[in-house]
Amino acid sequence: MDIWVQLISALDSTLRLATPLILCAMAGLFSERSGIVDIGLEGKMLAGAFAAAATTAVTGSVWLGLLTAMAVSIAMALLHGFACITHRGDQVVSGLAINILAAGLSVVLGIAWFKRGGQTPSLSGDERFRPIELPFADALSDLPLIGPIYTDLISGHNLLVYLAFLAVPVTYIIVYKTRFGLRLRAVGENPQAVDTAGISVAWLRYRAVIMAGLFCGLAGAYLSIALGAGFVRDMSAGKGYIALAALIFGKWRPVTAMFACLLFGFLEALATRLQGVDLPLVGQIEVQFMQALPYVLTVILLAGFIGRAIAPKAIGVPYSKDRA
Amino acid sequence: MTDVQQQGQQGPVSHAIRLEKINKSFGAVHANADVSLDVETGEIHAIVGENGAGKSTLMSILYGFYAADSGRIFVADSEVEISDSKKAIKLGIGMVHQHFMLVENFTVLENIVLGAEGHWSLTVSLGSARRRLQEISDTYGLSVDLDALISELPVGLQQRVEILKALYRGARILILDEPTGVLTPQEVDQLFAILRTLKQQGVSVLLITHKLQEVIAISDRVSVMRAGRMVDTLNTASTNREELAELMVGRKVLLRVDKEAAEPKQVLLCTQHLTWIDDSGVPRLDDVSFEVRAGEIVGIAGVSGNGQTELLRVLSGMLDVQQGSVEIDDTTIDANHQMTPKEVRHLGVGHVAEDRHRDGMVGAFEAQETAIMGFQDEPEFNRSGLLDRAAINQHCVDLMDEFDVRPAAPTLKSGGFSGGNQQKLVIAREMAPKPKILLVGQPTRGVDIGAIEFIHQQIVALRDAGSAVLVVSVELEEILSLCDRILVMSEGRIVGDVLASETDARSLGLMMSISRSGEQQKQQEAAQ
Repeated sequence: MDIWVQLISALDSTLRLATPLILCAMAGLFSERSGIVDIGLEGKMLAGAFAAAATTAVTGSVWLGLLTAMAVSIAMALLHGFACITHRGDQVVSGLAINILAAGLSVVLGIAWFKRGGQTPSLSGDERFRPIELPFADALSDLPLIGPIYTDLISGHNLLVYLAFLAVPVTYIIVYKTRFGLRLRAVGENPQAVDTAGISVAWLRYRAVIMAGLFCGLAGAYLSIALGAGFVRDMSAGKGYIALAALIFGKWRPVTAMFACLLFGFLEALATRLQGVDLPLVGQIEVQFMQALPYVLTVILLAGFIGRAIAPKAIGVPYSKDRA
Repeated sequence: MTDVQQQGQQGPVSHAIRLEKINKSFGAVHANADVSLDVETGEIHAIVGENGAGKSTLMSILYGFYAADSGRIFVADSEVEISDSKKAIKLGIGMVHQHFMLVENFTVLENIVLGAEGHWSLTVSLGSARRRLQEISDTYGLSVDLDALISELPVGLQQRVEILKALYRGARILILDEPTGVLTPQEVDQLFAILRTLKQQGVSVLLITHKLQEVIAISDRVSVMRAGRMVDTLNTASTNREELAELMVGRKVLLRVDKEAAEPKQVLLCTQHLTWIDDSGVPRLDDVSFEVRAGEIVGIAGVSGNGQTELLRVLSGMLDVQQGSVEIDDTTIDANHQMTPKEVRHLGVGHVAEDRHRDGMVGAFEAQETAIMGFQDEPEFNRSGLLDRAAINQHCVDLMDEFDVRPAAPTLKSGGFSGGNQQKLVIAREMAPKPKILLVGQPTRGVDIGAIEFIHQQIVALRDAGSAVLVVSVELEEILSLCDRILVMSEGRIVGDVLASETDARSLGLMMSISRSGEQQKQQEAAQ
């Protein structure tokens, strides 16, 4: 029974840890499916996290915080778009620049505005997204099997967790069931085909990076005003890169990418849980090793397992009309 | 009622398209100078011209890719401005590009609908498109499986998808850019049948091509462009290939290769049971055995991608021999005795690579550097451990003089030369040491008619001097007129070995389309 409780609890934190990964992976999916490499997920999320915490600290409204996070993240996405789409710059370099910009600017502005060494004031009460008790959570909690799953695992998360899991079917429908999605997938494969069909390649790609900015903003707000209680420097801690890895591991498809995010989230939850625990045969495992595990696995998965992940064909290649 | 039918019921329009004094310059290059053209409704109008004559620019202006500097465009007798492709599509102009504008991992239906969906929901727009496409394919006799993935279709069918795409958008004027380049003769016949049906339905067809025999076969009228100008428009019935070639080049051109009968002597190049399997386990070369003798030109015919590329790469040492062997003169190369391209070269093998830009030259290098590529370690180009610039320059000047490379500027970047002159420089380099064996891939790809004649003459001259020549080309016409003996490749195997004088394009085409599965079927039928 103890193992059962442990498992539910581990899965519960898996959901919480996978949330920013899923949001970022969906962000990356829009951008990369349109042919724009998005290594700047990390930076956009971090900027969003800072914007959300700063705005909420000043105004006291989580909703304003959320909106600002999305606005700032979209602005950075547009900057990336301006460099890569309009000026056909190198997408990896531009994405890295976004990351460095966000890491530096968030700390500088934080120190200038709040004078707490880069942190924002800690938020409490209604200044954070609170857990939502789903209907009948109490009533069902005593049922065997379903009870704990519903009450402890599914119920009791904040709004953004549910939004992240809603983002997956929404992304799926947009990408596979709408006109915009058809064009989005086409422009990442063969932009010339889109251009000759009379559709603007640039406008299509701009819309894709805006979508990416929006989802990264949600992820950032989740970090600082839902999961955490304020902004801490570099609080994204590589999650943007992990999300990118999950996206590639999931072959640029929404549902598989979500499962990849859950896997990474689960590993992270496991790592926390196994710290200081005596395991049979192995004994106690070093904390640092456990913490490194998700990242080690990322490298292994990326290097070996996915092998022939077929990327959108035109990814990373700036589009120009001139046919030499 | 579809748009197509509604438009078809309008009264006859005398001119589908009329262009008046179109001008377009790119920097100092005057790509189109006072070009005028009229295309009648329901005619097949061919436009011929050498590379750089301005055909593509003209069509790009018509399809809204570029804006003309000056001039007027009339569609169905009213003046229009075509600012982008969207506008062109709206005006009923459809274009089938030389390189298909298809998304490979999309279905046929998705590709046709892309950009003309009509409804935000894909399910709705795909459903209505399916019904309309059924009507269109009934009207024009174009059938293709709408749910097949593009990547699974042969090029002939991919092209049909492009035509359907244009018709679906209500095209009444169809521009086809070099449509037959990638097709087998049988597929060309099918395409021409489609074009004739389109014509009957009142669609005007603009055919851009450099294959003069096809112009004669299909078009009603033909316009000739040269150096950015429209030279003449003729009724096809009252002209011939020779006249068209002369108009294109501006001087008399010999279309048939002028050569004596071959006198093959000893075997210089021989392969035995050569098999080469790629990374994904597909045999690209499958038990290939043949020989090439001194004093003969052997051609390899086949649809591109049937092992010709791998064959040339194995023979030239760029790929290792996996199974079987290659014998060059009296040296044997096999799995246990590999040779680098440099060693192969020292055996007396010249190699004009199929893909000139990838393997034959470096566009950013000067012409004189391209002229010694592969020979850079030879003592004649080196002095005390450094390249001897003066000797290299002199060598390049000599080559350019001998092979009529224009402009004769050894320090100009290789990429700055026209395709024909790049190819002449590469061929000059490979022929300069008088190789015993010359391997030539696509000798005249992207090369003008005038230069083709010259290149063919040089290859024949090398043969007459006693070398063995192996030519790989996707142009059947070229294989037939240049080579003495023809091997046909399909799916990595040699499926035919005939004398050029005893065959024609039709029977070569039939051999080219022999497939393994087809043969197995036949064997099964024979067994029963």
